Order: sequence, then C-alpha cells, then structure tokens
Amino acid sequence: MDNFLNNFGIILYATLVYATPLLYAGLGSCFSEVSGVVNIGIEGMMTAGAFTGTVIAYFTGNPWLGFLCGGLAGAVFGMLHAVATVILGADQTIAGTAINMLGPGIVIMIAKVLFDSTDTIPLTATQKIPQLFSGVFGTGTAFGRFMNNVFATYASTYLVFIAVIIVWFVFYKTRFGLRMRACGEHPMACETLGINVIATRFFCVCMSGFLAGLGGACVTMTISTQFRPISIVGQGFIAIAAVIFGKFRPQGALVGCLLFGFCSGLKVVLGGSSGFNMHLISMIPYIVTVIVLILFVGKSHVPAANGKPYVKSR
Amino acid sequence: MKKKKSFLEFVSDNTFIHILLSIILGFLVGAIFLVVMRLSVGEAYGRLFHSVSNVKGITYVIVYSVPYIVAGLSVAFSFKTGVFNIGAEGQFVVGSMAAAIVGIRFGTLPRPVLVILCFLVAMLAGAVWGIIVAFLKTKWGINEVLSMIMFNWIAFYLSNFLAGRPGIKSEGSAEATANISENATLLFSKDFIKKMGFAPTANGGIFIAIVIMIVIWIVIEKTTLGYRLKAVGFNKYAAEYGGINVNKSIMTALAISGALAGLAGALQLMGMGGRISIFSSQEGFGFAGIVVALIGCSNPFGVFIAGLFYGWLMYGGSKLNLVGAPTQLINVIVGTVVFFIAISVIFANLKYLVKSKPGQK
Repeated sequence: MDNFLNNFGIILYATLVYATPLLYAGLGSCFSEVSGVVNIGIEGMMTAGAFTGTVIAYFTGNPWLGFLCGGLAGAVFGMLHAVATVILGADQTIAGTAINMLGPGIVIMIAKVLFDSTDTIPLTATQKIPQLFSGVFGTGTAFGRFMNNVFATYASTYLVFIAVIIVWFVFYKTRFGLRMRACGEHPMACETLGINVIATRFFCVCMSGFLAGLGGACVTMTISTQFRPISIVGQGFIAIAAVIFGKFRPQGALVGCLLFGFCSGLKVVLGGSSGFNMHLISMIPYIVTVIVLILFVGKSHVPAANGKPYVKSR
Repeated sequence: MKKKKSFLEFVSDNTFIHILLSIILGFLVGAIFLVVMRLSVGEAYGRLFHSVSNVKGITYVIVYSVPYIVAGLSVAFSFKTGVFNIGAEGQFVVGSMAAAIVGIRFGTLPRPVLVILCFLVAMLAGAVWGIIVAFLKTKWGINEVLSMIMFNWIAFYLSNFLAGRPGIKSEGSAEATANISENATLLFSKDFIKKMGFAPTANGGIFIAIVIMIVIWIVIEKTTLGYRLKAVGFNKYAAEYGGINVNKSIMTALAISGALAGLAGALQLMGMGGRISIFSSQEGFGFAGIVVALIGCSNPFGVFIAGLFYGWLMYGGSKLNLVGAPTQLINVIVGTVVFFIAISVIFANLKYLVKSKPGQK
C-alpha cells in the first residue's frame, strides 16, 4: 500500500510537471486559433522561449526574469507570425512552418556564439523555477510523503492553473473574449459591427507566442536544467493536438494536456522498472489520444474562419 | 492591343520571380546573421557554393535530394487535393522501416525483385498510415492534423521498437538495425563510382524521383482521378454536389500521398543509410517535405527543383562548421525563404508602388 501511494504520488507529480509546458503552449494555441489564425509555429515559439528563458536565468540568476523573457521571446516570433498572417494575409500554414524553422535556427545559432556549443550551461537549483511546497508536509507518514511528492511541483504549475481560469474568464465572460471568438467565426460580420478584426487577431497571435514562450521556458527551467536543440522537439505539436482534442477551449486543453502529462508520468514510473519496453510505453499517450477521440470526443468544432486570411476590403 | 508590361509588373505577376526573390532575401538575412556573429560571409557562402564545384559534390547533392524530392511530392500532392499532410513524417518512417525489414529478412532474393519488393512494401506501409488517418476523419470526423501528429509519434516509437527486435537489430553493439542486404540497395557499382568520380553513396534513386515526378504530374493534370481530387480540394461541397464521393477522394488522396512519403523513406534507406538507427528525436524528412513542397509551389517540376535546392543546402550546410559557421545557418536561410514565400503578396503588390492607386489596372 505504501509503495502504491508512493508511486501514485510520483505519477501525479510527473503528470503535473510534464503537463505544465504543454498547457502554457496550449492556452497560447487557443488564443490564436479561436481568433481565426492557425498557428503551427507554436513549436518554434516554444523553442525560442526555452532558450531565452534559460539564458537570461543563467546570466541574471533570476528565474522569474528568465521565465518572463522566455515569454517575450515567444511573443517576438508571435508578432512575426502576426505580421505575416494578419497584416499581410499570408497563408497561415506556410508562415507557421517558417517560424518553426526560424525559431530553433536563430536561437541555436545564438547558443553557438554564447556558449560555443548548441547546449546552454545547466542552471543551478536557485536559477530554476522554485518548488513552492517542497517538504512542507511531514515525511513521517506515508500520506505525508505522498503529499510531498505531489506538491513538490514547480511554481509555474500553480501559475498555469491560475492562467487557465483567467483565460477561461477572458474567453467566455468578457466583451473582448466574445469579440475575439466572433473574429474567428465571422470576421466580416465583426467588421460591420465596428470590431477591429485586424487588431484583435494581431493581439491574439502575439499573446499565443507569449504563452508558447512561457511554455518553452518551463521545459528548460523545470523538467531539465539546460537548453538543448532537442529540448522542445514535438511538444509544440502535442500542445496543438491537446487544443484540438479540447475543442479549442481552455478547459478542454487542460484535459488534453493533463492526459499527455499523465502518460509521460506513467512512462517515467514504468520506465524505471524492467520488463517494459520503453518504446512501446512511449507510444501509449498517442494511442490513448486516438482511442479517446474515437470513443468520447468525436468531431470538434473548428472556428469557422480558422485558417482563412482576412483581407479588409478597400 | 496588348500593353507591354513594365519591369515591376513583370516582377509582380511572376510567381517564379517571387520565389527567386525570397531565396535571395533568405541568403541576405543569413548574411546579416553571419555579420552579427562576426563570421566571414564570403567564407561561409563560398563553402556552400564550393560544395557543388565538382562531380563528387554534385552527386552528393543529388543523393541528398532524392528523399526530399519524393517527400516534397507527397506533401505537394496532398496540398493539391486540399489535405495538409503533416503526417508525411510518420509515413516516411513506417515506409523506411518496412523496406528495412524486407531488405534484411529477404536479402537472398535477386536484386531487381528485392528492390521492387522493398518499394512496394514501403509504399503500402505509408499508404496504410495515410488511410488510417483518412478513415478516422471520414468515419468519426476526427481532425486529421491532430491524428497525423499522433501517428507521426506512433510511427517514430514503432520504428525504434522494431529496430531493437532480435532478427532486425544489428549483431554488433550499434543501436540500429542490421544493414539491409546489398541486393536491396540502389548504389551504383564501386568501380563505376570510382571511374566517374562520384560520391561513394551515388545511387539510382534520382531516376525513380524523376519517374515519380512525371507520374504525379500526369495524375494531377491529365486524369479524371486527379481532376476529382483537385475538385474536392477546391471546394468539397461543390464537388459533392457535382457527384464526387468526397470521403472516397480524401481516402485516395491520403493513400497516394502516404505511399509517396513511404517510398521516400525507402529511397533514403536504400540509397544512403542502409540501416535505421534508434533515434532520440524525429528526423524531420516529412517536415522537410512540407518546406520543399512550399518552395516548389506544389508543382511537381517546381518541387523537383526545390528538392535539389534543399538537398544542396543540407549537404553544403554540413560543411559549414569547417569554417566555424553553425550548421543552423541553413535553417535560418530556409526559414526566411519560406517566410517570404508566405508573404509573397508584398512582391505581387510591388507594381502598385509606381501606380499609387491600388486595384487599378
């Protein structure tokens, strides 16, 4: 029983830690997609954030400054995507693909200059995002150890849950959220009602870059301690998948990200014990996702104007 | 009377010029990065161009290009039919692995039989990978981008799993499959390569790529099948109204696109590597296929040229660290090229710079 509780705690902990970066990026993806702009550049934006976050934390010693700068770096690439897709009406898939090449390309080049290597120097414990409640619960009882395991998650995890609530509130309870969702459904109707579609979408895409950047910074400042070219690989796409899974809603993205996080957690725990093939275990999250989609989720409503450039008629 | 076009109008209306301009701008941005990094632009770009200054270099570029060209054709075909095959990566991987298994286990078959068998199983594997996604979409309405991303990863781990199985894994300590039988490779004979001064991995893959390019062009432009698939791509409601079975079209499109991506995987294996490693992250041939298709405007001939261009950058880029420039420079250049292709509307609007009133002809 003790052993079970212990393992259960570790799985929960790993779920939360692995879900956090996905969730930041997923919230970002929600912003962009809901306003009507497909953003497959999330991956590139995360990579930019991951690198910038670690580097700033390394040089200043302040993890929060690094975290914020990671977000800003993502926002810079978000702005690039916004200029191309929203202002110039570019094909959103092509522009996103470009971001996915430019983001990693540029930061790894900078890494080469700064560190003479494609990896950054590992962060020390104080340079990482802090673990808020580590060791608060007594380790005397099994339950205490369980609680310690679970609540040893990083501050960024607590923040992202607050962020989910805020984003949900903005989406569904504010005037801006309504307008933003309308832009994703029928931009022309919005324009006739005096909503500035271009400005709204521009903001949303920048915001998606910012959140994706935070997500990237989370990866390198919590799960690992350094940026490497393969730090992010694929996670941006997983975040996008989680959002489609969650039907483009922040609360849905939360479920999707937790599912992927849980499977990663399972991988960590099962991977330690022998008798399981790592590669087969790693496949679980993706197969589970497909099965869940077939059984429970089904068709997701894609915002009607998603992917279509909006060009203001002159 | 037809008015003679001004130079700016010529530039504005010609897609080929847009792409050329994008490429020039890509190199320009790359140069800016080099200057900022205090590296010699001349040396780095000199190295890129020097890499194709001899027969060996040129054959290397061709060898590098083959999988990119065929993967690019796969994605281009999907673009033409209105599906975005982001799953080319997974189809490439399963195709490659299927060819490897056949190439290892049936190594005693005569060469022509084995090569064709490898191609067929690779195409079948890729097609199956594509059809699964199409089936999920048409049967349950599951978003194809989502399931493709999932199946890319499933393919990745499946390949890693199979590569470590007894009977497929290499006898030695290498974390990879055994080498495929020599009868399954496309390599030219050693004497021929030596006589011609080719790269050691020179192989016949490029001829396959040329054949595929022509076949795809014919299918898209000259057949009813291509017409039907394109019609669905343009407007699926109109196509359905016109009596085309949309679901069947999506299946067919993804099956063909998947088969091509699978074939690209087989070509990469049988031309270059000869074995598949256990990878720690996705190799990205499928994603490169997206880039190649975009640069080639989804036109089969354009994709062929774009694939050669990409292959050149990949080969030339691998030589960049000899002059202290990071290989990543290539990604920045290609990323910029794709970015400018995305916003090529700015080139199309150049002509309005002179005639200040937009919209007037």
